[in-house]
Amino acid sequence: MDTKKSAFKAAFPYTVPICAGFLFLGISYGFLMSSKGFAIIYPLCMSLLIFAGSMEFVTVNLLLSTFQPISAFLLALMVNARHIFYGISMLEKFKGTGKKKWYLIFGMCDESFSINCFAKIPEGIDQGWFLFFVTLLNHIYWVSGATIGAILGNIITFHTEGIEFVLTALFLVIFLNQWMETKRHTPALIGVAASLVSLLIFGPDNFMIPAMLLILAVFLAIRKRVDNL
Amino acid sequence: MIMSPLQSVIMIAAVVLGTLTTRFLPFLLFPANRTPPKVVQYLGKVLPYAVMGLLVVYSLKDISLFSGTHGIPEAIALLAIILVHLWKKNMLLSIALGTILYMVLVQFVF
Repeated sequence: MDTKKSAFKAAFPYTVPICAGFLFLGISYGFLMSSKGFAIIYPLCMSLLIFAGSMEFVTVNLLLSTFQPISAFLLALMVNARHIFYGISMLEKFKGTGKKKWYLIFGMCDESFSINCFAKIPEGIDQGWFLFFVTLLNHIYWVSGATIGAILGNIITFHTEGIEFVLTALFLVIFLNQWMETKRHTPALIGVAASLVSLLIFGPDNFMIPAMLLILAVFLAIRKRVDNL
Repeated sequence: MIMSPLQSVIMIAAVVLGTLTTRFLPFLLFPANRTPPKVVQYLGKVLPYAVMGLLVVYSLKDISLFSGTHGIPEAIALLAIILVHLWKKNMLLSIALGTILYMVLVQFVF
């Protein structure tokens, strides 16, 4: 019990910014769904089972168009392709987490990945439970937000414009942390440069897959030089 | 809603399956009891750094430099986060200050 308690205490602070971002985004998502005439059960189940924010917004439109499950499946593969990179990055870290591993993989959204990949887990804290609580808390924030939004979305009108920037800030801060912790900046620079080049060429809606392929190609091309990282 | 409840459940299941595939694929291809190929181990070491760069760009992708506020509030907030973070190295402080500054900028200034 103490193992879990101390892991929870270590994990919670990392998830605070995500709580702010997910509650707000979840509320907008739940509100969007209820405004399109979906019962509360829809945003509840979708946020619980899909748990990939941008894909859930896309799915709202899919459900309002024609019945094409195969193209929905393929679209989900493409929109979420970046998860493959997360998985490759976490193969080593998720080893030895027992049964929790399956949930860690299931719940690996952008934010849980970013925290779990780079967080410095303090000595004496159980790594598996730390990763588990980060993932679980983020999952809870998102599902709660979506459900609250579906129930109360039309009542809540406080001045929240811009709060979604909290997730950009989170990614930037994690990027800065890893930048300061290593002297080898080539991998990080490749990530930024390849993404910007793809964004300029392919535009905001289609840049992700070309960016991933470009990152992969560059890493394979320079492998001999950076392999002893 | 145009689809029948069953149709919409199948659509959601298809999206869940697609998302699950992207998350589980690496772990199914390279199970823990076997050592993954050298090239995958190499990618596992370098990809996290590149992925954070990708995520920063991804979360800023919809900014238009040529219309609206020209990305100025974003640029100011990002710069503030970088400076505060290099100075104090406190994750929550940097995120909170940057977000509040951005909210003030888009709500009251621009």
